Amino acid sequence: MQAGILTTEGLTVRFGGVCALDQFSFAVGEKEVVGLIGPNGAGKTTLLNTISGFLHPNEGRVSFAGQSLTSLQPHAIARLGIARMFQDMRLAGTLTILENLLLACPHQLEESMCGLFLTPRKSRAEQKANAIKALELLASLGLAKERGETVRHLSYGQQKLVSIACCLARDARVLLLDEPVAGVAPRMRDQILDLIRDLPGRGKSVLLVEHDIDAVRRTCDRVIFLDSGRKVSEGSAEAVLADRRVLDSYLS
Amino acid sequence: MTDYLLSVAILLALYVTLSVSLNLLAGYSGLISLAQATLFGIGAYASAILAVRFGVDLTLAFLVAVGATIVFALAVALLSVRVRDDYFVVATFGFQAVVVSVFTNSVRLTGGPMGIKGIPKPTLLGWDASSNWALLLLACILAVASIAVEWRMGRSAFGRAMRACRDDEVFAQSLGKNVGRTRVVAFVIAACMAAMAGSLYAYYVTFIDPASFTLTEAILILAMVIIGGAGSIWGPVLGAGLLVALPEALRAFGLPTLAAGNLRQIVYGVLLVLFVAFRPEGILGAEAGLKKGDR
Repeated sequence: MQAGILTTEGLTVRFGGVCALDQFSFAVGEKEVVGLIGPNGAGKTTLLNTISGFLHPNEGRVSFAGQSLTSLQPHAIARLGIARMFQDMRLAGTLTILENLLLACPHQLEESMCGLFLTPRKSRAEQKANAIKALELLASLGLAKERGETVRHLSYGQQKLVSIACCLARDARVLLLDEPVAGVAPRMRDQILDLIRDLPGRGKSVLLVEHDIDAVRRTCDRVIFLDSGRKVSEGSAEAVLADRRVLDSYLS
Repeated sequence: MTDYLLSVAILLALYVTLSVSLNLLAGYSGLISLAQATLFGIGAYASAILAVRFGVDLTLAFLVAVGATIVFALAVALLSVRVRDDYFVVATFGFQAVVVSVFTNSVRLTGGPMGIKGIPKPTLLGWDASSNWALLLLACILAVASIAVEWRMGRSAFGRAMRACRDDEVFAQSLGKNVGRTRVVAFVIAACMAAMAGSLYAYYVTFIDPASFTLTEAILILAMVIIGGAGSIWGPVLGAGLLVALPEALRAFGLPTLAAGNLRQIVYGVLLVLFVAFRPEGILGAEAGLKKGDR
């Protein structure tokens, strides 16, 4: 295994008396797709929330490319190059698809008052470059025609696609994807899975949380089975899915 | 007659500035602030005190008033942007209650309930700006500048960030937006606009008292934004126009001033309720307006 770009060591998160993550250590390598599976309440989303800074661990640490993330705020972590897609679909609902993508672009001089009013030409040029990039991305996902549609009027599947597009527009090195194909129509599901499979080729690493076992088989280099906040089994998709402890956990 | 129209026009320009400033919060950022009239008041009091006690020039009074308001706005913003929705309303309500109480009770500084009288007509860098025409010109420049700033902000990446923070804070953070900072910046810029309007207002009326900056005033500004259309550029301008014209129209129908004053409050209230219930996006509002995403 390569050196991890994203690693956790002894990560423990408790909610009151419940231990959602218990001494959890793992790593995601460069250009690797790691799948995280496990029953409901196993701690999968808790792990993503802790990595992206929305939860603070009681013990342990998270590091990204050698830097500790443990005390950083979510927006600072996002800026370092970790993109996050949420299970409960979060987007700017009143903005259009294109606006959501522009929002996701990492370079935004215009967001500071200095950039906006003191160097208007430079920040406008940057916005133009962002727009070109966003439009290319939308075209590659087949969303170019709908770019002016308000996001909250889109179908569930389209919203998922826009969520993923936003992650891609971040130029992040690591993508944290929480159930990207749950509840999505078959054709779009294939499109999303192909996209995920392509990400390592573009230099990106992925941590994928998914209940859809077939999707995990198709995309992941390595799978971790999590139960009650602990790592139960780790290895190739076939090995983990053949593990008796995993079967017991799913069937019991 | 000219004097009358001139005074209505000056008030209109000041209210346009105020409603445009509140739109930055209530419209783009989804933060319903009841502090806008208070920040307007701080600008007015700071200018009035400087002008009466130290006889300073309009430019200096203006700058100090804006500076003082920024200090207050930063303090309120840093504390209150952590909370949102109802809690933000309550936080700004608390701020306005405290400041109005200071206006009313610190007699030595603000003249208490008697207010500050005899604010001298202004000079601007040696230019005699004492005529109402000069004040109208200044008020119009301020209104147009506020609209221009809001237009530029609203269409920029910052405007998108404000709206994203309104639609979904967590999403905005996941895209690297500093939600707190975005809101503080919007709050402080809105406060600057209000402070400038307050400064001109003090010079225009030459007499200020706490009654001009109370909750009623805050709600009037909010009504302008909501009725005109929160989150749009021209909505608050239209709202200010309608609500400034309304009492004048009532008077023109021959209602006695006292009855017109009372009737005005009722009409504002009814309009506000009707708009919130049936057309929350206002007359010209962007689709989002005050509504949160109904996903």
